[in-house]
Amino acid sequence: MSQNTAVKQEESKRPVSRKDMTALQWTLKEMKRNYLGYLFLAPFYILFLMFTIIPVVLSLFICFTHFNMLEPPKWIFLDNFIRLFLEDDIFLICVKNTLIFAIVTGPASYLLSFFVAWFINELPPKIRAVVTLVFYAPSIAGSVYMIWQTLFSSDAHGWVNGTLIKLGLIDTPIHFFKDPTYMMPLCIVVALWCSLGTAFLSFIAGLQTVDRSLYEAGAVDGVKNRWQELWYITLPVMKPQLMFGAIMAITGSFNFGGIVSALCGDPSTDYACHTITHHLGDYGGARMEIGYSSAIAMILFFMMVGANQLVQKMLAKVGQ
Amino acid sequence: MAKKLRVINHKVVLNRSAGGDAGITFFLSILGVFMFLPMVYAVMQAFKPLDELWIFPPRFYVVNPTTKNFTDLFRLMGTSWVPFSRYIFNTILISVVGTLGNLVFSSLAAYSLAKIKFPGREFFFQTIVLSLMFSSSVTGIVQYLIFAAFKWLDTYLVVIVPVFCSTLGLYLMKQFMESSVSDSILESARLDGASELRTFFQIAMPMVKPAWLTLIVYSFQGLWSGGSSAYIYSEELKSFSYAIGQILSGGLARAGAGAASSVVMMIVPIFVFVISQSNIIETMGSSGMKD
Repeated sequence: MSQNTAVKQEESKRPVSRKDMTALQWTLKEMKRNYLGYLFLAPFYILFLMFTIIPVVLSLFICFTHFNMLEPPKWIFLDNFIRLFLEDDIFLICVKNTLIFAIVTGPASYLLSFFVAWFINELPPKIRAVVTLVFYAPSIAGSVYMIWQTLFSSDAHGWVNGTLIKLGLIDTPIHFFKDPTYMMPLCIVVALWCSLGTAFLSFIAGLQTVDRSLYEAGAVDGVKNRWQELWYITLPVMKPQLMFGAIMAITGSFNFGGIVSALCGDPSTDYACHTITHHLGDYGGARMEIGYSSAIAMILFFMMVGANQLVQKMLAKVGQ
Repeated sequence: MAKKLRVINHKVVLNRSAGGDAGITFFLSILGVFMFLPMVYAVMQAFKPLDELWIFPPRFYVVNPTTKNFTDLFRLMGTSWVPFSRYIFNTILISVVGTLGNLVFSSLAAYSLAKIKFPGREFFFQTIVLSLMFSSSVTGIVQYLIFAAFKWLDTYLVVIVPVFCSTLGLYLMKQFMESSVSDSILESARLDGASELRTFFQIAMPMVKPAWLTLIVYSFQGLWSGGSSAYIYSEELKSFSYAIGQILSGGLARAGAGAASSVVMMIVPIFVFVISQSNIIETMGSSGMKD
């Protein structure tokens, strides 16, 4: 009897068939039935609308205008984009640098975060906590990467220069963060040094929520080694975290710029490490060409969306 | 539970080759040294007396450790015209309120996007993911106008409120809600008459504990080391990290205090991290309650 009423309740809650009503009717009914969903989302989404959606939509409009904050925006349609690609030599350098940073640090930091998290996961809990701290510490402490500035300082008191001079390998200190030959590789090393951040933590947390009985079942079903276990059991279960990590790696590597400004200065020597983010800040913050900088942001946005599409396609193949 | 885990671990170990274990240990050790040495150097610097900081040839380790750099830093703190405790209070207030708000707002929204099947949720989620890829430096001007319209300029609100709608936290929570909270448990709780809010708090949230502990660490750390904004003009509303930055702009003579400050700045986030990690380890045993 009680089962019967439960079934009835279920029927009254859920339409028997979607075909009985028009799409609009069905949608309205579903909206009403799940109104709590909107209520739960509302506090977040209202603020999100105000502080993100509205500014983004406005800058979508502004990127087709000439706007300097003093005069009203003037519609110039594609001129900003034409100028970017045909007249702005520095922009093309920025695109090149950004792509180098993104292609090197993006995948490297992603794979590093995942594999370190996966390796650590099998350690006993106490040891794992310590090892996690060792790997996560560089990204926990704000601007501690400035220690690289001290290590690679351009005078003889910098540890690297001092040691090289003492060993007789060089006579005069190398200006590591002012010499284009060293700047890019060093910035990449520092970026990787503090790349085990939020994605790394989410991988560790994700690995801990994997149901252990799956491994047991896998061992019975003939999983032979850790790599098979990884590919057929762990990775498919971890897909939501893998997607999160991918977004983190993409946004982190394409927006790369903070470390460069701190270590090499902004702009860096010969624009050797100038990225799109720097160019954007230059025009938006210093030169007050808001229309132009919105156009730059738009291009960066589409680069990231493209990278994300590519990565999602690759992630869809995981575990197959 | 603990016993069962160990047995399972034992079985897992059967699938592991000794060579692989050795290779992984080697790889982790090399990487660990690379990660850890600069941190050690940062701490060493903080305890070096001035003559060791500028010695030639430079030494990695400290010979005569001193706490003078720290006392110098605290003395410098004491000379600011806004009492230093005020900066610390500001940072703690901003970090705690911002992190809590971020946690509550994004967990609720993540639960609704992942587990309540309302029309339009895919659209809402896609706008959030896409916004993650939009450079935040362009949206600053419009944000400024919105702050100005609300008369929020020069208050804590300009720092705290935007954190409440941090898309990163929402995305993280949503991914975990999707993977670790099974629909059947929620469905049975609903059939038993639990309200949606209760299902959220008592069933979904405990199951994604590792996720929200991660969110707390990441959000707190961001606010702790930043915590100020270009839209806060009053000195007495500014943050700890801002004040430290001011002290350090004093140049070479303050190199020692500067080294000490980077140690001071990282102590609290590391403390928060260690507490959350020990909690994650505790929850491990209970994650088997899924079925």
